[in-house]
Amino acid sequence: MKIAVCIKRVADSETRVKVAADGKSLDDAGVKFILNPYDEFAVEEALQRKEKAGSGEVVVLALGGATSQETIRTALAMGADRGVLLQTDAIPADGFVTAQAITAELKAGGPWDLVLFGKMAIDDYNSQVGPMVAELLDLPCVTAVSHLTIEGGTATAEREIEGAVEVVQCQVPAVITTDKGINEPRYPALKGIMAAKKKPLEVKPVSLGGGAIEVLGMVPPAARKEGRIVGEGAAAVPELVKLLREEAKVL
Amino acid sequence: MAPKYHGVDFYAIDTLLNEEERAVRDTVRTWVDEQLIPVIGDAYIEGKFPKQLIPGMAELGLFGANLPEEYGCAGLNNVAYGLIMQELERGDSGVRSFASVQGALVMYPIYAFGSDQQKKKWLPEMAKGSVIGCFGLTEPDYGSNPSGMITTAKETKDGWVLNGAKMWITNGSTAHAAVIWAKTGALADANSIRGFIVPTDTKGFSAKDQKGKLSLRASDTSELVLQDVHLPKDAILPKSGGLKSPLMCLTQARYGISWGALGAAMACYDEAVSYSKNRVMFGKPIGGFQLQQARLAEMLTEITKAQLLVLQLGRLKDLGTMTPQQVSLAKRNNVDMATDIARETRRLLGANGILVEYQAMRHLANLESVYTYEGTHDVHTLVLGQEITGISAFE
Repeated sequence: MKIAVCIKRVADSETRVKVAADGKSLDDAGVKFILNPYDEFAVEEALQRKEKAGSGEVVVLALGGATSQETIRTALAMGADRGVLLQTDAIPADGFVTAQAITAELKAGGPWDLVLFGKMAIDDYNSQVGPMVAELLDLPCVTAVSHLTIEGGTATAEREIEGAVEVVQCQVPAVITTDKGINEPRYPALKGIMAAKKKPLEVKPVSLGGGAIEVLGMVPPAARKEGRIVGEGAAAVPELVKLLREEAKVL
Repeated sequence: MAPKYHGVDFYAIDTLLNEEERAVRDTVRTWVDEQLIPVIGDAYIEGKFPKQLIPGMAELGLFGANLPEEYGCAGLNNVAYGLIMQELERGDSGVRSFASVQGALVMYPIYAFGSDQQKKKWLPEMAKGSVIGCFGLTEPDYGSNPSGMITTAKETKDGWVLNGAKMWITNGSTAHAAVIWAKTGALADANSIRGFIVPTDTKGFSAKDQKGKLSLRASDTSELVLQDVHLPKDAILPKSGGLKSPLMCLTQARYGISWGALGAAMACYDEAVSYSKNRVMFGKPIGGFQLQQARLAEMLTEITKAQLLVLQLGRLKDLGTMTPQQVSLAKRNNVDMATDIARETRRLLGANGILVEYQAMRHLANLESVYTYEGTHDVHTLVLGQEITGISAFE
């Protein structure tokens, strides 16, 4: 079982981010970076499949700055076998550029029994790279998978869609993007953290084209309007209901 | 629900930590958030150590984490070990105590004073949490003065016979094995103190939980009785000798406590800041009032000083130059400041501060024990006094 897991270093959604001086990127200063939470599911899924198979290799692939090595080591600490960093100065705004670079590396390092991504990165919400890589590799792709079984060359995947669970099948190898619910990611144990230092992590500088998309600006969301207290106790209820219906139009 | 905990780092002390140290800290922090915090309030009220946490702690590798990998431990440096203690005690002093006892007071003496056979037999099982240990030094009448202990170990033809009683023993009733310190010679001869590994199912050994604790309620504290406990010859820790041996263990544990108390202080400060921004009184958040700002400023200052103190202590420990007196200073300072911060947080929270739903009063009550155990605040004062003047105030 040879599995590639493509991961991304993202700003922790719990930290407060600031727009940088250029007005179109985020200021890294004081921001805590983490392994993209949806990618944690992908790493865990790969590890469980390798453990179940009894042998195999889990390779973690990231594209990003030199600091992404730390993120790769988080996945190595969880138990992945080795890492590859496609090192760039900046992550391209155009997911297709990223997808092309990742595809080239996957082709060089393949063939793979399974290629896993998180369903999206929590920083750009694009959900693009996984499906694009599948297309470029000419592999089937199932996105946002919350349950996965693979038997004899066929993958059966469940996707939570509005009001239902969709069950789909495809042949493997395939590209699967993982959603919450597929598993419970393990904590990187302390021994794993120590072992991660000794695992191979290959850094390959790549230079990427600009792509077809340009970020023009980043603007923080407008400050929320202050709330209003309409009264106190039971006496305030009719007024509140009226306002919710007529003014907020939520009832 | 309280907002997510982010730690306290006013002086960018994170930049003084290496990647593994931060990774270890973050892993334990997440584990504490997800596994410990949700259960600790109930465990505290029930007065029981939350045993269900043991497998998770073992899986992470929290027991004896600074001991070598060949014994199934994580082989971390001492700063990473300290950060584990900090994060555990951010959750609860009782849970940190559990890990301290297992690692610093049970695994460490077996590692430092045990035979190869003892190390191979006990350490991997203890790292896995399948064998829990306790440490028996303190006696009902000998706390700050352990050299006066009256527990004895008499050598017989085929082994040892232990008699005596131990008190205030963390994990005593849970433990599968106890490291018991006893005099092998005359009662006046403190140099005859040696360590023994006593399986707790040995005939004549009994442990009874001490009831009525208003502090460290999420930790089991027991009284041990040893009545004609027969042990084989190889139960003795061969390289232990004199009071110095258990004191070396205490230095290890106190080192961890210095970090742990800092964690409790950070938890309280975090709670105080969040509460002061959200609690509105006289038309504005109470954090807008000078008295509360003074409280918060004082807390942040003391925490920052304490962080730098333990970090340098850890670096010295890794260099192998740390002295027990330096540990005394850190334990004394950090536990005292943590107790103050817990108390001030409790007060800042007003009436809410007495509820278990908030952390401050639990930490405050816990820290009163931490202030007292592993060398009381006063004893460490005298250790430092002796270090400064060269004159012992104990004799």
